[in-house]
Amino acid sequence: MSGYMLRRALATLPVMTLVALFVFLLLRLSPGDPAAIIAGDMATPAQPEQIRELMGLNQPLYLQFFIWLGDLLRGDLGVSLISHTPVAGMIADRIGPTLSIALLTMLISVTVAIPMGILAAWRHRKLVDHLVMTFSVLGFSVPVFVTGYVFVLVFSLKLGWFPVQGFTPISAGLWSFLKTALLPALTLTTIYVALIARMTRANMLDVLGEDYIRTARAKGGSEMRVLFRHALKNAAVPILTVIGTGFALLIGGVVVTETVFNIPGIGRLTVDAILARDYPVIQAVILLTSFLYVLINLIIDLSYSLFDPRIRY
Amino acid sequence: MQFKSRSFDAAEIAVEIKGLEVATADAAGVRPVLHGIDLRIRKGETVCLVGESGSGKSVTSLAVMQLLPASLSVAAGQINLQGQNLRALAPGQMRALRAARVAMIFQEPMTALNPVLRVGDQIAEVLAIHTALSASQRRRRVLSILEQVHLPDVERISRSYPHQLSGGQRQRIMIAMALVLEPVLLIADEPTTALDVTTQKQILSLIDELQQKYGTAVLFITHDMGVVAEIADTVHVMRHGQMVEHGAVRPLLSAPRQDYTRHLLAAVPSLAPRPARSASENIVLRVEGLSKSYGRTGDRRTYAVKDVGFTLSRGRTVGIVGESGSGKSTLARCIMRLIAPSAGQIDLMGTDIATLSPKAFRPHRRKLQVVFQDPMRSLNPRWTIGDCLVEGPVNYGSSRGDALKEAARMIEIVGLPRDALNRYPHMFSGGQRQRIAIARAVMMKPDVLIADEAVSALDVSVQAQVLQLFDDLQAELGLGILFITHDLRVAAQICDEVLVMKQGEAVEYGAAAKVLGAPEHAYTRALIEAAPGRGWDFRNFRPLPLRLQAGGADDQ
Repeated sequence: MSGYMLRRALATLPVMTLVALFVFLLLRLSPGDPAAIIAGDMATPAQPEQIRELMGLNQPLYLQFFIWLGDLLRGDLGVSLISHTPVAGMIADRIGPTLSIALLTMLISVTVAIPMGILAAWRHRKLVDHLVMTFSVLGFSVPVFVTGYVFVLVFSLKLGWFPVQGFTPISAGLWSFLKTALLPALTLTTIYVALIARMTRANMLDVLGEDYIRTARAKGGSEMRVLFRHALKNAAVPILTVIGTGFALLIGGVVVTETVFNIPGIGRLTVDAILARDYPVIQAVILLTSFLYVLINLIIDLSYSLFDPRIRY
Repeated sequence: MQFKSRSFDAAEIAVEIKGLEVATADAAGVRPVLHGIDLRIRKGETVCLVGESGSGKSVTSLAVMQLLPASLSVAAGQINLQGQNLRALAPGQMRALRAARVAMIFQEPMTALNPVLRVGDQIAEVLAIHTALSASQRRRRVLSILEQVHLPDVERISRSYPHQLSGGQRQRIMIAMALVLEPVLLIADEPTTALDVTTQKQILSLIDELQQKYGTAVLFITHDMGVVAEIADTVHVMRHGQMVEHGAVRPLLSAPRQDYTRHLLAAVPSLAPRPARSASENIVLRVEGLSKSYGRTGDRRTYAVKDVGFTLSRGRTVGIVGESGSGKSTLARCIMRLIAPSAGQIDLMGTDIATLSPKAFRPHRRKLQVVFQDPMRSLNPRWTIGDCLVEGPVNYGSSRGDALKEAARMIEIVGLPRDALNRYPHMFSGGQRQRIAIARAVMMKPDVLIADEAVSALDVSVQAQVLQLFDDLQAELGLGILFITHDLRVAAQICDEVLVMKQGEAVEYGAAAKVLGAPEHAYTRALIEAAPGRGWDFRNFRPLPLRLQAGGADDQ
């Protein structure tokens, strides 16, 4: 098992190297002179030359790559072309809000959605099931900005329970964090509850038709025991996959939510960087999200065997 | 044939079912499924419930457990367990009774056990639900019951997951789980149907042993008359949700009163081999030294099939017989080139196809067609029967119109109406679907037809008809048939030659009359001896004369 874990971890290295290569080439292979692109339309003739010098663009390509990779491994992600501050610091500032809201969203979603899905499967085609499915369709189809603004209107403006916008980090106290993070998290939760509840329901329905569920009932087990001890663990693997990929998507940044609630997260950093053609920042964001995707996938894969002993490595 | 002749008149009544009616309610209205079933089982008695699929055997048993699927409900009648009416119980009271006083084992132990829990924990769960034993007491009870079902190395087995055990071991686990609380009634729903004959024999004797030890009443559901002959005290025959006939086992098998019972018994294939047919010199398939191995070279290779050879002539049937894991399906897959053989020759109509490239093999594929065990899964559920039948010929260059004409002719040959071509697989019964699968294979005008357990999923009366269809098609088209089966009775009915496989090797090969009538190899003899009810001639309602008994006269 530990041998497998090591092998799986090592197998992520080629993927990450490919991503790094792609990110590196992104700038170098874009049409035109990167230095000119970076310098922009209003540049003086001397500026591209300076940039070329500064970024080492006058070196051979492979040498540029190794220099760039070396910097990367030392945590040097370059300097923003706009703010002229180190990119690593910018990312560090922005990852906190994104990560904490992502975690809060997943925590609420999983706690709500899994029991909802189980209940819907258990009461298949009954009222509860129809309610859960209706909610799922709504949660999935109402755009996030609509949900977000409705929440702001009701909970912030009318009831005054939460601030309208802004973000307080968790280091400033749990309560102040929750006051600013809860509405954005709940906004995102509507989607993820819909997704995870549907997935749970579908897989539980499959599992509840299995012979061993009949056996569990023939043993005199209560319905709670049948559902949670016998069914849920068997239904877990696909649900886990959805939770994992859902979490990865959240970390990639959720621009709309961050914009609605004015949260300084990765999503807005990305959009700002793209609009400003701030290449070092774009590169850093791509690298970060790819790395987190690979990491989360690895964790999901490895956790399968916890739920299903037939999956052995 | 030694029947059970125990008397239970003095024994306490364990369960009594009176006028049980079960109905299904759906959009089409309420339809009865069971029409007033009466059944009584005394302590220590084994009652066999026999009937074909859809007769209501399993519904009866699930009604006793009150585990009917949501679409079915008990409409009337009584189910009394030692005088207590189960229908009057609240759900919680009924739960307390399950496993404690009525327990059940199922057909397929692989799917009946939870795949993600250790088997020891699954047995201990019964104790956790119904007793106040501590964890260490539960553990001791689990190990003790595992020993009673004669499992080896109980410590290790209790920590295993179902997939790490063999089919027989898994069914022993199910039995241990069912009997750990010494219930009054054990319901066994086809508990040996998915097992090999030799394993079946062991499981049947285990149930018998534990029944005698605990005085359990056993309701044994089966479609297999051989099993009935071996284990039943009393037999109940069901059909279309009604009890057709019941009585002690000997009178019922030797002098059935009802036509349906006679019909059912007459359909049981005999173990006596078919009369020899004239041999043909026209060889269509010759297999020599065929092996399929996995893993490294040298000593560490694992052989799924090792050095197997036989010849198949036009109009003849060769049976490949063996238990699960014997390599018979691997052999068939190698011959069909669905997997590549590791060594040997497969001479199909004069061409060695063993080493042909996939592209070079494609023209030969038409000559080799196959019918699988489960026609529900081998027919595409989204395609009409017509689409399914014409696909092969169209792939080989027929026009769709010609192929459809041929399909219409073929579907009638296999005994289905022409309009079947426009319908979908789910609209047919299991036997009809198998006819369709046969039509699909024969549409290709093959020289060799491979039937891989092609009648194993069918009821005996349907089985007899499908076997007849194979015979008729063979006579008409001169097919060479390679018939793979685990069922010696079926092999005796249809095969001219039989090849017995064990662990990848052919242990015996020869004329059916010789292999089944006077087997030389100990394994063949063991297989035949394990065949339930082999001493009884079901079709003629009498013991099989000793000279005709399979396995020869050297026993008894």
